[in-house]
Amino acid sequence: MIGTQERTITVWQDRVRIRVLSKGHGPALIFFHGPWGLTWDPFLDELARSFTVLAPEHPGTTPEAHDDVYHLDGLWDLVLCYDELLEVLGLESAVFVGHSFGGMVACEVAAAYPARARRLALLAPLGFWRDPDRIINWMMLEPGELRRHIFHDPECDAARRMFPPSDAHDATAAARVRMVWAMGTTGKFIWPIPDKGLKKRIHRVTAPTLLVWGKEDRLVPAVYADEFTRRLQGARVQTVDAAGHAPHLEQPEKVARLVRDFLSQ
Amino acid sequence: MKISAFHLMPYRELPADFEQRYESVWVTPPWWELADARRVGQYYNWTLDELLYAAKCGFDGVCTNEHHQNAYGFMPSPNLMGSVLARQTNGTNVAIVQMGATLPTSNPPLRVAEEYAMLDCISGGRLVAGLPLGSPMDVNLCYGITPMEHRERYREAVALTLKAWQAREIFSWNGRYFQLATVNLWPRPIQQPHPPVWIPGSGSISTFDFAVEHDVCYCFLSYSGARSAKTMMDGYWRVVAEKGRDLNPYRAGFLQLVVVAESDARAEEKYARHVEYFYHKCLHVPPMWFSPPGNQDYRSLVATMSNPVRRAENPKTLRYRDFVDKGYVIAGSPATVRDRLKEEVIKNLRVGNLMVLLQIGSMPHELALENIELFGREVLPDLRDTWDDEPWVNHWWPERLRQRAVAPVAAGVAAGGA
Repeated sequence: MIGTQERTITVWQDRVRIRVLSKGHGPALIFFHGPWGLTWDPFLDELARSFTVLAPEHPGTTPEAHDDVYHLDGLWDLVLCYDELLEVLGLESAVFVGHSFGGMVACEVAAAYPARARRLALLAPLGFWRDPDRIINWMMLEPGELRRHIFHDPECDAARRMFPPSDAHDATAAARVRMVWAMGTTGKFIWPIPDKGLKKRIHRVTAPTLLVWGKEDRLVPAVYADEFTRRLQGARVQTVDAAGHAPHLEQPEKVARLVRDFLSQ
Repeated sequence: MKISAFHLMPYRELPADFEQRYESVWVTPPWWELADARRVGQYYNWTLDELLYAAKCGFDGVCTNEHHQNAYGFMPSPNLMGSVLARQTNGTNVAIVQMGATLPTSNPPLRVAEEYAMLDCISGGRLVAGLPLGSPMDVNLCYGITPMEHRERYREAVALTLKAWQAREIFSWNGRYFQLATVNLWPRPIQQPHPPVWIPGSGSISTFDFAVEHDVCYCFLSYSGARSAKTMMDGYWRVVAEKGRDLNPYRAGFLQLVVVAESDARAEEKYARHVEYFYHKCLHVPPMWFSPPGNQDYRSLVATMSNPVRRAENPKTLRYRDFVDKGYVIAGSPATVRDRLKEEVIKNLRVGNLMVLLQIGSMPHELALENIELFGREVLPDLRDTWDDEPWVNHWWPERLRQRAVAPVAAGVAAGGA
């Protein structure tokens, strides 16, 4: 996290505090994190070389602001919060990058406020449901199973960072609390099936879109890319070898290059 | 002291290797492989017969409860069972203890308020209204309620139910989870201001607070006996005292598994395999499913994770004698059962409303009837007077059934009111 800055922005009639981590120079890039909380990682560092990366924490995942999420009733409230956040940041528009749950949120914000999203890069986004390709409920997996579902290689560095070794009891407990709470707060907006009507709204998105999918995604299979491409004209799909549901964590340089090249066009 | 017979309505004939072959008894057990609808029809009727037999054998109440998608206890609508029990026990002093219909899975929850009012009317005012939060498996996994909204939804539903029973005027409910422009419940319960409310829980502090603030009976539904419940129930009584309530033992309910036979040795011969079936198969659920992310609030989550309570024993490693030694099951001759119930459960936990589970796991109908009969004849009469030497009133029992020797309550009295 060398060189990152942070500020906490309050929205929703002063009831919801959102910490925003930021780093870099250049055009504004908003990064919407996935269901396991925000951690500054090498992928964001790579992007920060070309963009001003602004990474907000989803409501409830900001330290000391855990209960703020109770002020939101649903996805519509969450989308409005992000509109307010952009307002406070003084950004009329930005490029959006989102992972998993965050990919869905980025897409929803871009559908609600098409002018706010200049370009969209979605990494294994949620948002659709296909009966033959059911998405496993990651919230109900025990930690070892979850790790094997997120990562193609559960022993990779990123997996070790997300799941500290169990000999460090305090660190493990703290990491587990953080992860469970992040899943609970993001789960509030997608339980029990992560299809909350994006199919009715996605046609409003005007931003050119890139979809990045790990070839070995065991949580949200790569076939879900079709749901986006058939609704978003000109959307492109890039699949990444040797990557699971977090391609930007398992293959940070490769995915950062794909995303940077696309967003810089 | 009030003693009621509790029933789960389990599937009694799961295969011997059930827990090796299947992921869980709850949510995902495959119906077509495991069950048979005609057989299940027989189970429902046995369940009703067993509870009605308990009513005949002198029990003070009969209890049913709600669960979904499982082979451990599957009365998805306890009120269907309750209505049969209410009708069939008319003319007796037996309470209909619904433990009960789950508010967060009823939409609008007014449906529960209505059905309970119906049961109170049908039974002539003999209803105990259990208002459970519902398990995460039932509410979050089977019925799709968002874990983070589960408790909020429940609290709003309890408030709506209590108001719907009592309001003298038609009212509007503009809630967070429920909006109803014209609430005007038909029927209203016979019991005034409303039937006694019991809230079952599993030891969470926030439920203690909720129960004490609402001045209801808190019921600990435990399968691991009184010894492991002691810390929790002490915690409950501490909250009762802190909030300035009296230490009336009828503020507490407790569920205990019990098997009685002619002797301790005979109890083992007759019941051991049914007890093991219950703990090995009926409780076969992945531990994660008890706590979906968001179901616990942040404070409780931190408390659980950073200070894990002594890891619960894995019941699959225990056998009948362990369950008996540890008090998970109170088993043996009438004298053994009587003494252990009185000391370990009633006095130790300060319980005024005891529930006993007498049909356990695979226990067949005839054996369940024997257990019920023996308990009713040889155990129950000796426990009944407990607490009578202290001046407590069971405010959480239907008023007309509080005294022991009252004339049976007549139901269906003449038009124009009782």
